[in-house]
Amino acid sequence: MQKLLNWVDERFPLTTSYKAHLSEYFAPRNFNFWYFFGSLALLVLVIQIVSGIFLTMHYKPDAAMAFASVEYIMRDVDWGWLIRYIHSTGASMFFVVVYLHMFRGLIYGSHRKPRELIWIFGVIIYLVLMGEAFMGYLLPWGQMSYWGAQVIVNLFATVPFIGGDLSEWIRGDYVIGDATLNRFFAFHVIALPLVLLGLVAAHLVALHEVGSNNPDGVEIKKLKGADGHPLDGIPFHPYYSVKDILGVVVFLMVFSAIVFFAPEMGGYFLEANNFIPADSLKTPPHIAPVWYFTPYYAILRAVPPILGSQFPGVAAMGVAVLIFFALPWLDRSPVKSIRYRGPKFKIALTLFVLAFIGLGILGVLPVTDLYTWISRVLSVVYFAFFLLMPWYTKHDSYKPVPERVTDK
Amino acid sequence: MKTNNVSFAQKLFFLILALPTLALANVGALHLDKAPVNVDDKESLQRGARVFVNYCLSCHSAGYMRYNRMQDFGLSEQQIKDNLLFAAEKPGETMHISMNAKDAKAWFGAAPPDLSVITRSRGSDWVYTYLRGFYRDDSRPTGWNNTVFDKVGMPHVLHDLQGQMAPVYRTEKGEDGREHEVLESMQLVQPGKITLAEYDALVGDLVNYLTWMGEPSQSQRKGIGLAVLLFLGVFYVVAFYLKKEFWKDVH
Repeated sequence: MQKLLNWVDERFPLTTSYKAHLSEYFAPRNFNFWYFFGSLALLVLVIQIVSGIFLTMHYKPDAAMAFASVEYIMRDVDWGWLIRYIHSTGASMFFVVVYLHMFRGLIYGSHRKPRELIWIFGVIIYLVLMGEAFMGYLLPWGQMSYWGAQVIVNLFATVPFIGGDLSEWIRGDYVIGDATLNRFFAFHVIALPLVLLGLVAAHLVALHEVGSNNPDGVEIKKLKGADGHPLDGIPFHPYYSVKDILGVVVFLMVFSAIVFFAPEMGGYFLEANNFIPADSLKTPPHIAPVWYFTPYYAILRAVPPILGSQFPGVAAMGVAVLIFFALPWLDRSPVKSIRYRGPKFKIALTLFVLAFIGLGILGVLPVTDLYTWISRVLSVVYFAFFLLMPWYTKHDSYKPVPERVTDK
Repeated sequence: MKTNNVSFAQKLFFLILALPTLALANVGALHLDKAPVNVDDKESLQRGARVFVNYCLSCHSAGYMRYNRMQDFGLSEQQIKDNLLFAAEKPGETMHISMNAKDAKAWFGAAPPDLSVITRSRGSDWVYTYLRGFYRDDSRPTGWNNTVFDKVGMPHVLHDLQGQMAPVYRTEKGEDGREHEVLESMQLVQPGKITLAEYDALVGDLVNYLTWMGEPSQSQRKGIGLAVLLFLGVFYVVAFYLKKEFWKDVH
């Protein structure tokens, strides 16, 4: 056995990689609840890829057959209903996990120096994931698939001068049609998943290069023991591998509860209107995107048109997502973790979370004057969190950060 | 000092969990009666299937539903063949109809929708209320209108069973200050073959069948779900002690 291992090691860095990323990757020993969501995001990615492969075996990317093929999977394919629900639940749970993972970064300063690139790779992953989810949602070819895609692709039509041509080029037709379905299928099952896998690898390589942050925001590499290992570090394997199993089991309980007992999640994971086949002549009275896009949809609707152009709203929506890239440089605080930050940041963060969730709720609801005004106020709060960050993080009060990580 | 801050993050987390419920408080205007759905009641499903095949399945298809799937609620293939196979030759076929969509559109104003997943798009309660909500309205081409679907194109197919209902209006002052006629209740003006209570039960069976047909694997799904959660519960205990054992020497 040892001989075989030596043979491989001379040709491939198996043992070195195993040590570098698992058995001798030293992670801070004080990870808490929030640190489960990274490994869970990886788990959901695998779930989506595996369930997606099986769906692809039975799904037909053809406007005349797509809706029926999904019902065929639900009824005639052995365990097809299970695979389909795993995939549809996985899509929503991916965003649940990713939003919590991003929130973790926000509260413990995981985006701060020297982890800016990890954060940037993460934001790109988030962007690609949005594209992946959006294109995947067209595939069941229900009314919400169709009209949701119509609304989103039409956003590109608002770009000055080239908008019309641009949206037509994306659709491959004047309306969402068979050509659109086919290309979205191609992007959804191969192009974007490949990009995602590459980005996830980059995210992890960058993480393992600089080491994990922790709830205290202390750099554990600064203090090393006689053996050269960080005093506050423990090997990822076996400590965090066994701990993450615990997180995985709890997550799977929630996941299974949804898959087996509430796969539609009250119309939020699978919308009722999507059980009506796509009809290009019948616009549903109320088009709502799936819940994970609704904060941005609310921002889009909140911005009034300028000179008859809807482009400002579209631009605001785009900036609302892209602004996450700037976060490492907007934050001027001398400490990373919220544990040692002052009241200004805590208030700002609370308002931001309320605005994000508030916008998410408003994005589901039909437009009324009152809701539009609330959306406007919340959109301002959303952007103020980022744009005023250099100021309020600079003039906040801070507590001293300890040398070593603290115990619970 | 630190405990304080951890609880801040926790507070925020619970706030996140609580907020979506506020959104739900806003929905719901139309009153719908609760449909008596129980997809494990095989006799109810059999009665519902009979009503469906006799009354619905000439204008409405259920193009994703195979006749032989009805074996799930206790019918044999022979029974399906003898009693329910009006529009198809083999029990393995899906529930198609011979009326084409173009004619249907000309006759009814809109082609009758496929009913395979109707309870998943409309909801069981809506269908239950709808099928009990037809009333006489001579201004409509079919002579029928509906309490939950105004100006509906479908005539009251089950009227020989339910009889004829007439609306009772009440005047109400609207927000604009003018008076409106609001539908208050319905009155039986001409009895049908069965009583209203029997009719409610019949529609209940039909909606139960439609709900089952929307997702025939739903009972199986819940059964397996229970086993999966039980397994994960046991797995959690094992994983918990495994973690505890490994983490003995940390701290």
